[in-house]
Amino acid sequence: MSGVGSVFAGCREQGRGALIGYLPAGYPTVDGSVDLLNAMVDGGCDLLEIGVPYSDPVMDGPTIQAAAETALRAGFRLRDLLTVVERVTAAGGRAVVMTYFNPVLRYGVDAFARDLASAGGLGLITPDLIPDEADEWLAASDAHGLDRIFLVAPSSTEERIASTTAASRGFVYATSVMGVTGARDAVGGAASGVVARCRAHTSLPIGVGLGVRSGAQAAEVAGFADGVIVGSAFVTAAETGGVDGVRALATELADGVARAGRPAPTPA
Amino acid sequence: MKASEGIETPSGHEPDERGHFGRYGGRFVPEALIAALDELAVAYEKARADRGFLDELDRLHRDYSGRPSPLTDATRLAEHAGGARILLKREDLNHTGSHKINNVLGQALLTKRMGKSRVIAETGAGQHGVATATACALLGLECVVYMGEVDTERQALNVARMRLLGATVIPVKTGSRTLKDAINEALRDWVTNVDETHYLLGTVAGPHPFPTMVRDFHRVIGLEAREQVQAMTGRLPDAVAACVGGGSNAIGIFHAFLDDPAVRLVGFEPGGDGVETGRHGATLSEGSPGALHGAMSYLLQDTDGQTSESYSISAGLDYPGVGPEHALLKDLGRATYEPVTDAEAMDAFALLCRTEGIIPAIESAHAIAGALRLGRELGPDGIVLVNLSGRGDKDVDTAAKWFGMIAEGESAQDASGTAIAEGATADRTLADEPSPAGADTGSVQR
Repeated sequence: MSGVGSVFAGCREQGRGALIGYLPAGYPTVDGSVDLLNAMVDGGCDLLEIGVPYSDPVMDGPTIQAAAETALRAGFRLRDLLTVVERVTAAGGRAVVMTYFNPVLRYGVDAFARDLASAGGLGLITPDLIPDEADEWLAASDAHGLDRIFLVAPSSTEERIASTTAASRGFVYATSVMGVTGARDAVGGAASGVVARCRAHTSLPIGVGLGVRSGAQAAEVAGFADGVIVGSAFVTAAETGGVDGVRALATELADGVARAGRPAPTPA
Repeated sequence: MKASEGIETPSGHEPDERGHFGRYGGRFVPEALIAALDELAVAYEKARADRGFLDELDRLHRDYSGRPSPLTDATRLAEHAGGARILLKREDLNHTGSHKINNVLGQALLTKRMGKSRVIAETGAGQHGVATATACALLGLECVVYMGEVDTERQALNVARMRLLGATVIPVKTGSRTLKDAINEALRDWVTNVDETHYLLGTVAGPHPFPTMVRDFHRVIGLEAREQVQAMTGRLPDAVAACVGGGSNAIGIFHAFLDDPAVRLVGFEPGGDGVETGRHGATLSEGSPGALHGAMSYLLQDTDGQTSESYSISAGLDYPGVGPEHALLKDLGRATYEPVTDAEAMDAFALLCRTEGIIPAIESAHAIAGALRLGRELGPDGIVLVNLSGRGDKDVDTAAKWFGMIAEGESAQDASGTAIAEGATADRTLADEPSPAGADTGSVQR
């Protein structure tokens, strides 16, 4: 089973959904981001999604854009990402990296996969890389045993859901709405539909992201998805409440995904 | 030669079916946009085989934007170009003042055919924004234009034009607050509102099918110019010069000559303060391959793959990326690309004003500066075809400041004529027409 797959399997055994929490590496500083990510694990995040701050984040709303700019202004370099992954993994966290593709291209796709794997990272979420353009990444992730999480959107056709889920490993990232990252009052009604459409094509776990910010929303999403992905709300919590803020939010969200009460597997 | 010929007849230089020009192009975008890009590609393929669409576009070009655009034999300018003949393809005379209208009319008609009611666009200098606002007014479409805040300041006239035409102009305050960031914001809008919205991209960059489709809408420039040069001179030009930001006017004029190996194709990129200073936008000359704004191409980036900020006096060329087909032409050696500094471009700007009575866009002044270089290389028997892609009304403030005719912070409109009439007092002066004997462009002394 893949690294990420075992995280989901563990949650399923406990009869609950997985909580996946996002923060950019280097936000507000490299050390600061390690502390925040560790606090998210303390609070109950099952999987960390560590973002690579990037100059042109077209899938991100204002909250994450601003955090990325803060990290870059503070001098974030790509090698810092590997340090952060290594440190949170050493502290017991399990992490995937979310990155726009150009930093990976520039680093060298195979070299990046090699170094991420040796830092303890489990895989990559690639918001602007579709499987059609991913030959090099497919080969590198195979060679270095990394999971590859591609995105599926409400606008994806059946044919694209089939090909995208087939290329994915670990889990599939379903975007709940058409739009960019950012907390919303209501998670799109489209989300459960996208999850159902994915399930027709894959047995991989499905994580839902974009818009979730509260325990109640997390519970709602965990009712139909295998994982709940929370990003902008963690950035806001870090901004306003620091380490305690993100730990408290993780606790609230973890309570939400547990409350959803997915049926536990029948004991053999 | 009609615009439709460049659209319905494949050029012989097509990308693969997923939009790759060699290793460049393709689609590096969120999955959420793939359905819209597929819809657009299908709509375009249908339209280019549809006589009704092609005739409507030809009619608009003829009756509305004023095609064909003329070819001007710039004999007084040529005296400064080693005696070579300089022929100007006058895209500045199109309605809205630049080549941008060619692409915009095509995509606006497609928007209607796709049943979408809202158009978004990015703009740098404002030329594409003005053209888009114009076409939206003509066809009754809602129009939102994203423009970097820095550019709204240096191209204030075009902001006013867009608003007069009924468009909403949204100043973009993120990142470098220029064209790159306007594209980011337009992409975010598109991914959110894609059902009813068409992103009317203004250059030959972005995800497939934009680089191919936008190119085809601009092929008319080269197709017309090729016939006009032959009619005027009895032969093909020795070289074709165009400025390159994203690369739409350059690809439009180059394409008709790709299969004429004796014709040199030269793109002139914004050299800013000089490439050695790091303050420039010379993507092909100084950049490296990478993915930005939906396509693999050359870009200006640091060792971590973060996009570098570009700089140019010309808002329309101030962009750290470039269209993927140019990247391939560079690698193949079929076209070459050279930087032209702000100072060289402004010298050429002044020279064209004083020798031909044409105020060019500062973007196009880069091509004029390049043509002067090429002309001196070729000598008296040479013929250089230049794409004069836009007119310079929008740049009057920038130019007046450059030449010290008005103070910083003052506008040409409120200088009450005196400063301009008196000429300059600053370190740059716009002299009377210089003696052609000087091998230098030399009209403007810094």
